[in-house]
Amino acid sequence: MRNLVIEPTSKTPKVILNADLGIFEITGRSIPEDAIGFYRKVLDWVEEYSKTPLSETVFKFQLEYFNTSSSKCLLDIFRKLERMHKNGHRVLIRWHYDADDEDMAETGQDYQALLDVPFELVPV
Amino acid sequence: MSMTYSYYKNMQLNNIIFVYQGEVTADLVSSILQMVENKLEGEGEDRKVKKRVFNVMVECLQNVYHHLDALPPTDPSNPVRDKTALLMIGREEKDYYIITGNHVLNDRIPELKSRLDRINRATKEELKQLYQEVLTGTGFSEKGTAGLGMIDIARKSGQRLGYDFHPVNDRYSFFSLEARVSRIPEK
Repeated sequence: MRNLVIEPTSKTPKVILNADLGIFEITGRSIPEDAIGFYRKVLDWVEEYSKTPLSETVFKFQLEYFNTSSSKCLLDIFRKLERMHKNGHRVLIRWHYDADDEDMAETGQDYQALLDVPFELVPV
Repeated sequence: MSMTYSYYKNMQLNNIIFVYQGEVTADLVSSILQMVENKLEGEGEDRKVKKRVFNVMVECLQNVYHHLDALPPTDPSNPVRDKTALLMIGREEKDYYIITGNHVLNDRIPELKSRLDRINRATKEELKQLYQEVLTGTGFSEKGTAGLGMIDIARKSGQRLGYDFHPVNDRYSFFSLEARVSRIPEK
């Protein structure tokens, strides 16, 4: 399938979704006013990918900031990955965060508690 | 021009680092965030504090952007609705404060007030639960936000949210919201 690469802006993260290389990453800031508009393409891509995923999918999230409207969109992505996991595919979500950033660690823990999919917290 | 000095002194006295009165657009929100972020950076504020202030600021500003009720035009020859608001950021000895002010329809006050009171009564643990309930339970409101903003502001602030509804006329009030972020990092 076609790869999806979105360059970062001051309000939106860098997105790399590359099934050929097995790279799945969302990094940077996610504070757009219209988070649904921004994440629609990402969600569509993940939905399409989940039909015939690689034998293992490691999805990296490394966000410096995100707003509450992005938090719902992130949950929607996680739910799709959770479904892949429940369908028997190997999926790992890696939540990278600045080791001093307790708020971001806590948010990762919040998601971890809500989801039934391997979810690793990675302080950096 | 004689007022300039008193504006200056007044802002200085109230530790205001930024104030804006006018229309709130997405571009304006971006500019303010960038400017205040540079200022916090330049003054060597603690990294954790800086992040929290930035987060709270994003939510407060976007809250106004999404939820203000524009006033109907007063001048019939200029049929533009009044979407102006007040945005203010200040730094005191112990806290940063972020204050927003915007018009809301009087009909919305009871719901807003009960939501704010519920948030202010909640413990840290209850806020976390509330956040998770709203995150997973309800969809987006028609304006595209998840109703999570104020809960998130309260979680990051760690202090009670200040608010006021000032009656303007029989349809509108001016809603002000104040969030504080401690400058003393935990631990």
